[in-house]
Amino acid sequence: MSRYYTDEHEWVDVEGETATVGITDYAQEQLGDIVFVETPEIGAELSQGDDAAVVESVKAASDVYAAVSGTVVEVNDALEDEPALVNSSAEEDGWFFRVTLSDKSELDDLMGEKAYKAFVDGL
Amino acid sequence: MNMLTEGRPTKQEANIAMPEPGAVQTHTGNRALMVDEPLIFETGSPDRSGVDLPEAPAVDSRLGGLERDDAIGIPGLSEAETVRHYTRLSRQNYAIDVGLFPLGSCTMKHNPRLNEKMARLKGFSDIHPLQPVDSVQGALGLIYELATWLKTLTGMPAVAMSPKAGAHGELCGILAIRSALEARGDAREVILVPESAHGTNPATAAFAGYKVEDIPANADGRVDLDALKARLGPDVAGVMITNPNTCGLFEPDMKAISDAVHEAGGLVYCDGANFNAIVGRVRPGDLGIDAMHINLHKTFSTPHGGGGPGSGPVVFSEALAPFAPLPFVEKSEDGHFRLVEEETAEEHHASSFGRMVAFHGQMGMFTRALTYMLSHGADGLKQVAEDAVLNANYVLRSLEDVLDAPFAKSGPCMHEALFSDKGFSNGLTTLDLAKGLIDEGYHPMTMYFPLVVHGAMLVEPTETESKAAIDQFIGALRSVAERAKAGDELLKSAPHFAPRRRLDETQAARKPILVWQEPEEYAEAAE
Amino acid sequence: MRYLPLTPHDRQDMLATVGVSSIDELFVDVPEDARLDGPIRDLPMHAGEMAVEAHMKKLAKNNSAAGDMPFFLGAGAYRHHVPASVDHIIQRGEFLTAYTPYQPEIAQGTLQTLFEFQTQVARLFGVDVANASMYDGSTACWEAIVMARRITKRGKVILSSGLHPHYVSVAETMARFTKDQLVNAAPTLEAATDGANLLDQIDDDTSCVVVQYPDILGRISDMSALVEKAHNHKALLIAVVTEPVALGAITSPGQMGADIVVGEGQSLGVGLQFGGPYVGLFGCKQKYVRQMPGRLCGETVDSEGKRGFVLTLSTREQHIRREKATSNICTNSGLCALAFTAHMTLLGEKGLRELAMLNHKKAVAAADRLAKIDGVSVLNESFFNEFTLVLDKDTRPIVRKLADQKILAGVSLGRLYPDEGKLAHGLIVAVTETTSDEDVEILATALEGELA
Repeated sequence: MSRYYTDEHEWVDVEGETATVGITDYAQEQLGDIVFVETPEIGAELSQGDDAAVVESVKAASDVYAAVSGTVVEVNDALEDEPALVNSSAEEDGWFFRVTLSDKSELDDLMGEKAYKAFVDGL
Repeated sequence: MNMLTEGRPTKQEANIAMPEPGAVQTHTGNRALMVDEPLIFETGSPDRSGVDLPEAPAVDSRLGGLERDDAIGIPGLSEAETVRHYTRLSRQNYAIDVGLFPLGSCTMKHNPRLNEKMARLKGFSDIHPLQPVDSVQGALGLIYELATWLKTLTGMPAVAMSPKAGAHGELCGILAIRSALEARGDAREVILVPESAHGTNPATAAFAGYKVEDIPANADGRVDLDALKARLGPDVAGVMITNPNTCGLFEPDMKAISDAVHEAGGLVYCDGANFNAIVGRVRPGDLGIDAMHINLHKTFSTPHGGGGPGSGPVVFSEALAPFAPLPFVEKSEDGHFRLVEEETAEEHHASSFGRMVAFHGQMGMFTRALTYMLSHGADGLKQVAEDAVLNANYVLRSLEDVLDAPFAKSGPCMHEALFSDKGFSNGLTTLDLAKGLIDEGYHPMTMYFPLVVHGAMLVEPTETESKAAIDQFIGALRSVAERAKAGDELLKSAPHFAPRRRLDETQAARKPILVWQEPEEYAEAAE
Repeated sequence: MRYLPLTPHDRQDMLATVGVSSIDELFVDVPEDARLDGPIRDLPMHAGEMAVEAHMKKLAKNNSAAGDMPFFLGAGAYRHHVPASVDHIIQRGEFLTAYTPYQPEIAQGTLQTLFEFQTQVARLFGVDVANASMYDGSTACWEAIVMARRITKRGKVILSSGLHPHYVSVAETMARFTKDQLVNAAPTLEAATDGANLLDQIDDDTSCVVVQYPDILGRISDMSALVEKAHNHKALLIAVVTEPVALGAITSPGQMGADIVVGEGQSLGVGLQFGGPYVGLFGCKQKYVRQMPGRLCGETVDSEGKRGFVLTLSTREQHIRREKATSNICTNSGLCALAFTAHMTLLGEKGLRELAMLNHKKAVAAADRLAKIDGVSVLNESFFNEFTLVLDKDTRPIVRKLADQKILAGVSLGRLYPDEGKLAHGLIVAVTETTSDEDVEILATALEGELA
């Protein structure tokens, strides 16, 4: 399994043809208490950059973009009852959705962990 | 002498110890006049009532077998309990009647009680919207008279009276723009909105089917004219500009903006939320705008009522007037008032974009607004704008040494002064200052708006405050600002003296409880 | 000027503090050619209370107040008796002159009231949740249609022919711009509602079916079959209630399975006022709550653990979501919602049921009396407090003529449907607790005279 990051503060775990997407720990910290996550519909065809999900704090609602193109095969139902998972475990239990990748070459333009850390430090 | 010594003590005992704050507890949890009030669902009962009704006639019902057979679950109270319930609740509210209410952009000015009295005249309050027009000539005449005031004050040739509130007025204006463009076969897709705009502007444009693009602000807090000009083109339907803008500044380039937009084939919407700063001194019609809503509940003092009802008539230029919505009032040469609605629209107003609301608009607000206008007159309204602007500038210049005022160097402000939380220490924010002001006995200013200024605080004193009241407010705000700069930890837990401490908004949003449930249902929900 | 506290001396002092010599210097940003040289011309100068009052009274007198004569108008606005304490409560300055409760620590009065209001509306409608109110019934109806589109992601909207024609007009206006496809027709003068026709129109493209209950002609019918068919096609049923008092007598739309229930709350606590301000009611099933427009008040606790109320789920709203908001609505109809909730609290369930039956039975008695007139028939088999008379001629001239005789006879369908010639024979008559037997007799006698 390999993990990628985007400059929109999303992470992507790739295992075979499947990618799991969430927002980074840095992002949840900036957003504050998460109160609601709207996940995409299963079966939705996402193109890279599309609005894929919405994450809401008390004060703001942020769009989560599709970090990679693909078809949504699973969403994290636990977030419906417990949006706080995004705060407590952004990069594990607080994942948003899984897609089957339609274009693996998109991963080439994403960052690795080190690069993302450097990116965040530069903000 | 007969030495009458019975009766109450008239003097406090000497040398009694004063307790530490918080040491005194009460059985009820109440604190004298600060009294908690349960919900009607906890005190009322479905079989108690505060009304007495006569017997119904002895006839069979004709409800088609649809008699309601479930328990509705609506508790009742006697009249005595009802009056007390709401009176006690009312005392947990801050209001203009209680004190200065410096909520920027919201224009919390005194609400004259004559307005309330006039709105309750039975000739206005007890007439049905669908009565034959001959039986409501006075009401139609009133709408016509108010329309005339609005047109004259703005220098615009037409006005739509029916929009229910400011945002509804925006929608009215944008629909008229879209109709006018479509009528000339010119489908355009984009509405430009400054990034400092009220959130209603982009929401309205989207609701009407437009794409929304931001126009950047320049360093002075005003629309960047060059950036705007550069973006204009055949796909731009129009712009929505707030003037005076949400930073409290007049847009000096308003006419140039209008000209440029018109040149490019677009139309100009002006958000008139801040008309109170210029009423009687500037006519928006002279600045080239095509449509502007007027919040009767801001500029013309109809009460805010804890969140509405508002009223948002929209004035139109000649270009947009033919597209104004139904219904509206016309005056015949013989002085008779006619209501132009569906029945008569075809012959008189064929290009109207249609109806936005049932009936004719917020009559109850029209009576209040006209009463206000007649009371002030042309001279008084001019004084209203001048005093509102003077009071805001007085606040700005009295506090700019202690609070960061991002556009103070841009010149005078209009009716509201903008500050920010720059310079606060110990992690204190605008929110903490606001809650500190509550303890000082004030409703806070508008916070975190406009979005273009980090930690914004928008202070609008309005013209109905005396100099003494403003001086006292300035003193309080100065003190809290100094505490915020000094990093006073106590501000983080403010307010300390309000009916409630800070409320947990995260919990409210994560597990919304929007209706009352019987306690056992609560218990189940928690499991 | 009685509302302006600054004295000339104050103004001079304050100008000095600001650092300018005249007020004109504060308006320097206004382009010179747009500056006015004095008070705007063609408008009167300021006036005292007595003069203003005299002017307004003159206008008011030139209207026929409903309470001064036999009165039978309804069609979306109803004349009910409002208890005296309701107007006292809404004139409490702490309610009247408060703003939207953005600072909950000092707005618990407004917030708790809204929470009570939401609960009352939800229970009256038979749904899980309700919001803190909308502008009025007609705009709430359109918002419900938009909400259904958000949920179903479909654009076909089936409007019952019994939906108030102004509500239809509002939807038509908006749909022209949003490209929603409306299916609708004018009503026909039949005793049955158009439920059977609507059933046939529901398909897999349908977003929602909008049914008024009781409908514009006063008819009532069970909507369960419509709900079932709509749900089979994954469409929603929106019920519209323009007379909330009816729900003290007849089964709630929620009980019949409606997904969204909207309405006009004017009947309770809010007077006729020539059409506004009124109060839009909006409720729905729990599962759709995040797609709801408008303000919501929710329960929470403060930092000492005490129960309190806040505005919540505001990320749906325009000030945060901007162009992605569920609606552009920025306000509710707060003071009218307060009047509604205070009136409802005075009634209680017992009073509401009694009031509803009083309305209904008075209407039944009136319908029976009016049916005896030659040339008049009552359309409805069932109704609440409003029914449609069918005459053998256009009712518009009759309504106007009776108004001249100080009888406000009802709403002619010809006024509501000017393009539908046949409908002009219909007259909608509403009867409430404020209608006396004598009023009914006066109307009957006058109609007999007109039809003789």
